[in-house]
Amino acid sequence: MDYALISAAYIAAAILFILCLGGLSGQESAKRAVWYGIAGMAMAVFATVLGEGVGYYPLIGIAIVAGSVLGWYLAKTVEMTSMPQLVAALHSFVGLAAVFIGINTHIVLGQVWPIIEVHDATGSLPPDYATLTGFAAIVAHKTLTEVAILKVETFLGVFIGAVTFTGSVIAFGKLAGKVDGKAKKLPGGHALNAVAAAASLLLLVLYMNGAGMWALLLMTLFALFIGYHLIMGIGGADMPVVVSMLNSYSGWAASAIGFSLGNDLLIVTGALVGSSGAILSYIMCKAMNRSFVSVILGGFGGTTGPAMEVTGEQIAIDAEGVAAALNDADSVIIIPGYGMAVAQAQQSVSELTRKLRAKGKKVRFAIHPVAGRLPGHMNVLLAEAKVPYDIVLEMDEINEDFPETDVAIVIGSNDIVNPAAQEDPNSPIAGMPVLECWKAKQVFVSKRGQGTGYSGIENPLFYKENTRMFYGDAKKSLDALLPMIE
Amino acid sequence: MKIGAPREIFEGENRVALTPDSAVQLGKLGHSCVVESGAGAKAGFSDAAYAQAGVEVLADAAAVFAAADVVVKVRGPEPSEVAQLRQGQTLISFFWPAQNAELLEQARERGATVVAMDMVPRISRAQKMDALSSMANIAGYRAVIEAGNNFGRFFTGQVTAAGKVPPAKVLIVGAGVAGLAAIGTSTSLGAITLAFDVRPEVAEQIESMGAEFVYLDFAENQTDGAATGGYAAPSSPEFREAQLKKFRELAPEVDIVITTALIPGRPAPKLWTEDMVQMMKPGSVIVDLAAERGGNCDLTVPDQKIVTENGVTIVGYTDFPSRMAAQASTLYATNIRHMLTDLTPKKDGVIDHNMEDDVIRGATVTKDSAITYPPPPPKVQAIAAQKPKEKARELTPEERRAQEVAAFRKQTTQQVGLLAIGTALLLLVGSVAPASFMAHFVVFVLACFVGFQVIWNVSHSLHTPLMAVTNAVSGIIILGSLLQIGAGGTGLGGLVIVVLSTLSILIASINIVGGFLVTRRMLAMFQKS
Repeated sequence: MDYALISAAYIAAAILFILCLGGLSGQESAKRAVWYGIAGMAMAVFATVLGEGVGYYPLIGIAIVAGSVLGWYLAKTVEMTSMPQLVAALHSFVGLAAVFIGINTHIVLGQVWPIIEVHDATGSLPPDYATLTGFAAIVAHKTLTEVAILKVETFLGVFIGAVTFTGSVIAFGKLAGKVDGKAKKLPGGHALNAVAAAASLLLLVLYMNGAGMWALLLMTLFALFIGYHLIMGIGGADMPVVVSMLNSYSGWAASAIGFSLGNDLLIVTGALVGSSGAILSYIMCKAMNRSFVSVILGGFGGTTGPAMEVTGEQIAIDAEGVAAALNDADSVIIIPGYGMAVAQAQQSVSELTRKLRAKGKKVRFAIHPVAGRLPGHMNVLLAEAKVPYDIVLEMDEINEDFPETDVAIVIGSNDIVNPAAQEDPNSPIAGMPVLECWKAKQVFVSKRGQGTGYSGIENPLFYKENTRMFYGDAKKSLDALLPMIE
Repeated sequence: MKIGAPREIFEGENRVALTPDSAVQLGKLGHSCVVESGAGAKAGFSDAAYAQAGVEVLADAAAVFAAADVVVKVRGPEPSEVAQLRQGQTLISFFWPAQNAELLEQARERGATVVAMDMVPRISRAQKMDALSSMANIAGYRAVIEAGNNFGRFFTGQVTAAGKVPPAKVLIVGAGVAGLAAIGTSTSLGAITLAFDVRPEVAEQIESMGAEFVYLDFAENQTDGAATGGYAAPSSPEFREAQLKKFRELAPEVDIVITTALIPGRPAPKLWTEDMVQMMKPGSVIVDLAAERGGNCDLTVPDQKIVTENGVTIVGYTDFPSRMAAQASTLYATNIRHMLTDLTPKKDGVIDHNMEDDVIRGATVTKDSAITYPPPPPKVQAIAAQKPKEKARELTPEERRAQEVAAFRKQTTQQVGLLAIGTALLLLVGSVAPASFMAHFVVFVLACFVGFQVIWNVSHSLHTPLMAVTNAVSGIIILGSLLQIGAGGTGLGGLVIVVLSTLSILIASINIVGGFLVTRRMLAMFQKS
């Protein structure tokens, strides 16, 4: 295909991708935005396949069809509560592909090395060059400086790709409950990561000075270890940051590969995805009042003094009591958290919402940015359960309304409604923005038992005078409650 | 266990400690109930209604005392009633052990267990059995109604064709439970309501009920209500003077005064003096809810309504709750039922008198032939100590403007600074890297910039679809494999390349198709109401 045509297709695809991401600013425009993305991707793939020096068309066809069927199957069958796992799994694929492509680049470079040497020595291309097409021709045409840069780019691409791969696999395992979700580190902690990173840097120097495939592969092993160990050390409520961070890495990996292949579309798309993930991580960290570094280093930061003593007691209430309060209430705010996803209670929540709204009560949802295990996780779960999105509000939109609210229901969230963040300067979560549900006239907390949240911090909310604890599995509790709302 | 309610024998007492409703609830705890014939008649509960609720109606009090394991009453028992108690029997009622030492001794001799409803500690968990509060609530409401009954004008202001009616001005002294109930009733009748309390922390509660808090300009640090279990403490003579001065200012203005000031274990403080009464307008009404303890007003006569020479009516009734017997009985019976719920933790009809429990320990005044009054202080602090509140200072327009300018400047320096750093970095890279690399690098930097601009606008609720769609888009890595698959020639290297590329194409396709489809699926779920 004509070079000009390919360029045009690439530019169009890049713009379509930008429009696709930009379209997600609103629920309605987002529905169109997906089609932009699909069109851009189709255009990019077709233009590349029809380009010069590709070959192996049947194989490509089979791979694409097989991959598409698998992807279609995944997308059809995945539960909305399992979205975090799916996203993590898809990140790992990008990482793995980046590693493969980097290794391929190295092989190609080795094959055309004689041509580059002749070219460098004589200043003209040897006759062998004419037999090369496509990617091999591009590599063979490079000067020695360009080859040096290519090596760095490839090395970097493989490194990021490998970190993304194992990191995402571990994140997948943790989110799917196949790996223990708690933060765990090998003895040596982050020193191990630092050593592995330093070794990778050393290998880069060796690789630049002529070391062969072994240096690349050894570095890959180190990078795989870093990805594994880094994510093992982070857990629980920090998972939204981890997932968005890996999202960012997968983008940077694609971008690095784009550099080594000299493909602008890959660079642009990788950069878009990379910056998207970076911003998401930033938003998540901000919502927890923690620095990115402290999240990566894992675990909640240390306290600066003894925590404020919690006085009072947790008072339990049964479904009848909650129903009576709800029947009397005019305005209700529901605060869902990860516990709702675990108990699969979103349908019951939706049913409760429908019943209350049918009685003319004002029901709204308050979503904390880090509720759940994935940015925006709660929104998707509620949308799946057919809760209209215009009553699902962000923390900043709704926090001021709590004092005028009759009943606040906390379902499976803990740290994001912890008043210690505001009241106790010594608390590990001091300064974290939280949903001020305790200002409502009455608060019901649906919770499995009396334990603390992920952070292990006592939650004074449970001891407040206007708080009643509604113990039990969230779904069962709500199902018991539903028939009593008349 | 059998729960029995005899008829109240105190003159003028209309309430009853057991209602048909509470009997049904007690049945769920595994108890059965008996009641003396006619016990609920004055509160509007007929014997038939009791019988229908499964309560056995007995002919006289003696039969009830004989049949019941637990006797429930409203008023504290008379000596004749205590004499009917037997070894191991439990009595639940008001008791006032501090004032009734002899009665307490008598109950001990009889070997009965006495649970005094007036001794229930003031902690959150015990609110449901706090009979003092539920009765005070009724008293507060009824006080306003009594005042209205004796007041010759409207509460609310009206402009009618027959002329303008000014609203009544009501002063409520003491914002405890009764005071707050009175405030609520008075404001909802439309009166201008003022309220005073020595505890500054209740100002917020007073204002939340729609009344105006009467502030005293007095520097002394007030005792915190938390230290006294939420009750008021005696105030210093200076404070008292300041308070009386304020009341003298108010006396000519107000039409109705309702005093509810009580200090635990002391006679009621005299707050409304004779000269204040004389300053009031004819037709004004004073309702003294503290009459039983001597009254807050100098002229109060307990249990009577008097009219002074200058035409001020002073109501000194002490039986406000009993005057609303149906309501009072319902609430009191519920308090009693909650107490029995706590005494029957297993809901099996067996009383487990757990003296480790703060509430039960606090309310029990005799048990096993021993006097257990006064109780030790409760293990949990009743009310959290008040923290001094700081109000956020309102910013003046100039300050706000200055802040905006500062924020704008900061943003500008930040943007220009970042741009300068970025340009310098590009320059640095460009000085060593060849032109072919720089071309790609510029594209990369621009793409990052566009990415940051675009992503900030993404709605928070769409973050999960955003991640899914970026998953799909990062499948663009398929291009790398497509470009490479044919680049390896026919040797072993070529074979490896083909295999790895095919694998990459396969997994990248999963990403693309899976990512886009799942995004579409998610977005389709977002629906407007």
